[in-house]
Amino acid sequence: MSVLCFRNASKSYALLEQSVAALSDISVVIEKGEFVALVGRSGCGKTTFLNLAGAMDLPSSGEVLIDGLSTRELDDAQMTIVRRERIGFVFQFFRLFPTLSTLENVELPLQLGGFPNPRPRARELLDLVGMATLEDRMPHQLSGGQMQRVAIARALGPSPSLLLADEPMGNLDSETAATIMDLFHVVNSDLGATIIMATHSMDNAVEAGRILSLRDGRLVADESKGSGA
Amino acid sequence: MTVERTRTYGRLLYRLIGRPMLREPVRTALTALCVGIGVAVVVAIDLAGEASAGSFRSSMESLQGTATFEINQVGGIPDPVFGELSRIREPLRFVARVEGYAAYPGSGERLPLFGVDVIGDEALWEGLEEGLPDLDSLAATRPVWVSESVRAAVGDRIELAVNDGFEEFTVAGILQASSLQAESVGPMILMDIALAQQILGRPGILDRIYVDVPADSDRDWESLIRDRLPSAATIDPVGVQSRQNRKLLRSFRWNLRILSYIALIVGAFLVYNTVSVSVVRRRPMIGVARSLGMSSRMVRVGFVAEGFAFGVAGAAIGLVLGKALAFGAVQLIGQTVQSLYVSSAPSEIAIRPWTVLAALCSGVGVSVASAWWPASDAAAVPPTDAMARARFDYRVQVGRGSWAIRGLACAAISIGLCFLPAWDRVPYAAYVAALGLVASATMLVPHVSVATVRLVSRPLLGVFGVAAMLGARTLSGALARTAVIVAALATATAMMVSVAIMVGSMRDTLLIWIDSQLQADLYVQPERTPGERNPPTMGEDVARAIESLPNVEAVDRFRSYTISYGGLPATLALADFRVFRRRSAMKMVEGPGSGDVADQLISTQSVIVSESFSSKHNIHVGDVVSLPIGDGAEDFEVAGVYFDYSSERGYIIGDRGVLLRYLPDPRLNGCGVYLVPGADVDASRLEVTRAIAGRTLQVARNRELRANATRVFDRTFAITYALEAVAIIVAILGMAGALLTLVIDRRAELGVLRALGGSKGQVRRLVLTQAGMLGLMSNLIGLVLGCALSVILVKVINKQSFGWTIQFHWPVGFVLLAIAGIFLASLVAGVYPARIAASHDPNQVLHEA
Repeated sequence: MSVLCFRNASKSYALLEQSVAALSDISVVIEKGEFVALVGRSGCGKTTFLNLAGAMDLPSSGEVLIDGLSTRELDDAQMTIVRRERIGFVFQFFRLFPTLSTLENVELPLQLGGFPNPRPRARELLDLVGMATLEDRMPHQLSGGQMQRVAIARALGPSPSLLLADEPMGNLDSETAATIMDLFHVVNSDLGATIIMATHSMDNAVEAGRILSLRDGRLVADESKGSGA
Repeated sequence: MTVERTRTYGRLLYRLIGRPMLREPVRTALTALCVGIGVAVVVAIDLAGEASAGSFRSSMESLQGTATFEINQVGGIPDPVFGELSRIREPLRFVARVEGYAAYPGSGERLPLFGVDVIGDEALWEGLEEGLPDLDSLAATRPVWVSESVRAAVGDRIELAVNDGFEEFTVAGILQASSLQAESVGPMILMDIALAQQILGRPGILDRIYVDVPADSDRDWESLIRDRLPSAATIDPVGVQSRQNRKLLRSFRWNLRILSYIALIVGAFLVYNTVSVSVVRRRPMIGVARSLGMSSRMVRVGFVAEGFAFGVAGAAIGLVLGKALAFGAVQLIGQTVQSLYVSSAPSEIAIRPWTVLAALCSGVGVSVASAWWPASDAAAVPPTDAMARARFDYRVQVGRGSWAIRGLACAAISIGLCFLPAWDRVPYAAYVAALGLVASATMLVPHVSVATVRLVSRPLLGVFGVAAMLGARTLSGALARTAVIVAALATATAMMVSVAIMVGSMRDTLLIWIDSQLQADLYVQPERTPGERNPPTMGEDVARAIESLPNVEAVDRFRSYTISYGGLPATLALADFRVFRRRSAMKMVEGPGSGDVADQLISTQSVIVSESFSSKHNIHVGDVVSLPIGDGAEDFEVAGVYFDYSSERGYIIGDRGVLLRYLPDPRLNGCGVYLVPGADVDASRLEVTRAIAGRTLQVARNRELRANATRVFDRTFAITYALEAVAIIVAILGMAGALLTLVIDRRAELGVLRALGGSKGQVRRLVLTQAGMLGLMSNLIGLVLGCALSVILVKVINKQSFGWTIQFHWPVGFVLLAIAGIFLASLVAGVYPARIAASHDPNQVLHEA
């Protein structure tokens, strides 16, 4: 079964009494274990794509299926459960909670879902991303790269079917960006996580197994290197 | 050029400061409303205080015409003195007055009654064409002139209750302000002086003589007149008693004023919070504006202007709301003034230019002062540094230790200030000490907040889940804002707690005192309003009639006079210590036991004084008080100082047998009736009522008097609770505003929470936890601060203002109920921000920088 399926999905927004299409008629299937890069210029619809893929928003028309569940058939509470159990988010600006320690940040999604005794799992993930020794640090005591590692560990907490990363290297220097990219590879290959990564950088995109190109809300290219899982 | 530049700067300030205010109308309106309520309370208390204190003066002064001096004497001025004065061959004009009170059964109202010279006082009657007295009909019709408030028509026969009987009169005219050449006419009844003397039971006695002296003369008229007066009489510039009453009221009004400022202080915290948040949110913008050439002065002016705008809006709201509130407040204050000071009916509530100025000054002053610090902080942002909010909060986090040390130092200084004496009976140092304690608690808030969050984080996680824990942690992360809002609510809570402890202590002390003081089984007295200058009297035959009843063991006769002592009004009372000695006991502050004191009072020229009198005039046992009675100044030794909570004026009490030598009028204001042991009180009351049938006297049982005293007390302090409640409402409104700000500021975090699988319910729980935590921390600090403030209120401010010793009693139930109520209210304040937080679209906020 596919992890994510867009069936003629479109999304439009009302702006000054006009309807502006952010995504138009997208059909794509992402299989388990794929590492997909989503590329395109600013405003091409990358973020809207991730919002629909992450059960954060509903398509205006068409369908989006996550693990076979159509998001159009889910109410807000069910969408929340889908996000909690099946989706992991990584953001450009890390979005760690400044008042929680590294370990507590990773524990957070597990606690939100009522995961029993989340601490060992959180420590295991911090170890995976190389942050085990800094578990008591507060976010303001970490570098950008370290914060993004913690954010990846946090996203992996509930063992999601899909890891969505929105410009995860956009706020990092190239050297740090490279280490984060390596980490995504580890997560993809060792944990078998399905990853969709929105990025501006073709250097990063070519490292993914599949590249989806968006332009003006339309899917203009779907190139696969055939080396996904 | 300058005008053009000013205009440009004004436009710029509007764009940078004004527009953001308008874009968040709810937050802006909430802050302005908070300031407005604070100003309203100050305006209302001032208007109501002025109306309550001014009314006694107004009814008296409407009759004093253009008089320069007034002559008074304890027990009244004998008629011949007036005759003697009238013989002075100088261009002087003397006007005699008799003063009392009468109840008009038609309205149930007690009205001031004035006896005037209807034949000789032409100036008074100028303009009163209708009802001019006809000499022949004076005795037959008994004409009276009444104010419009009496609602009687010319020619009506009306019955008035005067002293212990009813009297019938004919309405000869309705008093108009124009006819009395006065600004307004309060409720009153006028009649011929001889008639007034007759019905008030004071034949041949005048209460006051007004003296008109030529305006263009610099002769020492006062000395000339004094030489012709008996030594017990006094001559003073006109209005001296009103001034003395107002002086007496000063402490009371000051205390009310200070209480009214609390809501304003709470409002100040909120303006500070709002402007701080504006500064923090616009820091990046300030940095950019500075790099584009905006001076630091302009930045400061901009944010101070924001505070100014809140002040002006608050003053406008405060004036309108204040006048409305004043109508309620004047009833409460008026009753207190009447119970504790002088008889008065509220006069008109009027907003004068001074009121508008005071509202503007308090609203704008407080708002600008509150905005000054954050504005200066904004002005200090260098062009290169658009400091992040997290760093600002971090700075407060790091600095909390040094603030705590400053807070402790401030508390130490405040405690020291409590040992300074009052200045002119106003405890300024103690007020500053109370303010200092509030300031020190404010400085300790960041430290206490962080400690509390640390303490409760884990239990919150265990009981309410991770959202609750995250909510608490976020509060300590946003310490710059949290601390201010906690300080605001803690101040309001502390004042509620401290006033509750003070009032509870006073109430319990009063009840214990009443138990010891009211020992007679029945009390008989004419109907009266507390605080009347010349309280109604009854003949001594009433006491004799009661004494002769079989169930009556003894009757304690009581009479009081208003005197002036040391420039302040006081009450000189005559009591029957032979009876008192057998059946009662007084709690003494100083001096020998109650029985020994009674022996001394009966056998020597001595008096006892109440604690408030002792405190006001620094009079103690062994001192000599010189009383203006008899042939002039008669000296009495102070045999004791006793606890008294019945009046703030202060009492001097002597034995009736001794004092009747100087004040020979045997009439009584009331008497206490002691029954033989085992006598049935209700049956005896019936016997007493029968014995005095035909007189308008009240016969009250002991327990009715006690219940009435408690009722008066509770009514007296209703205003203080009302003021505290307003302060708490302001703080809770402010908290709702602050939580809303926090929600808006932290919307990205809330978005992440939603993206990570947090439900709307969990987001709501997060915000409600924050509201609960704010309530909890405020209650915690407020409770401790409140207890400390109550010590200052009870032991320092109360003692220095009123001279009363109050025993500490802790109204635990009330305080617990109050803080539980405040906690619940803080949770309610979180409901709307929680809804807003849950309704945020995470998509919109997640991708913001």
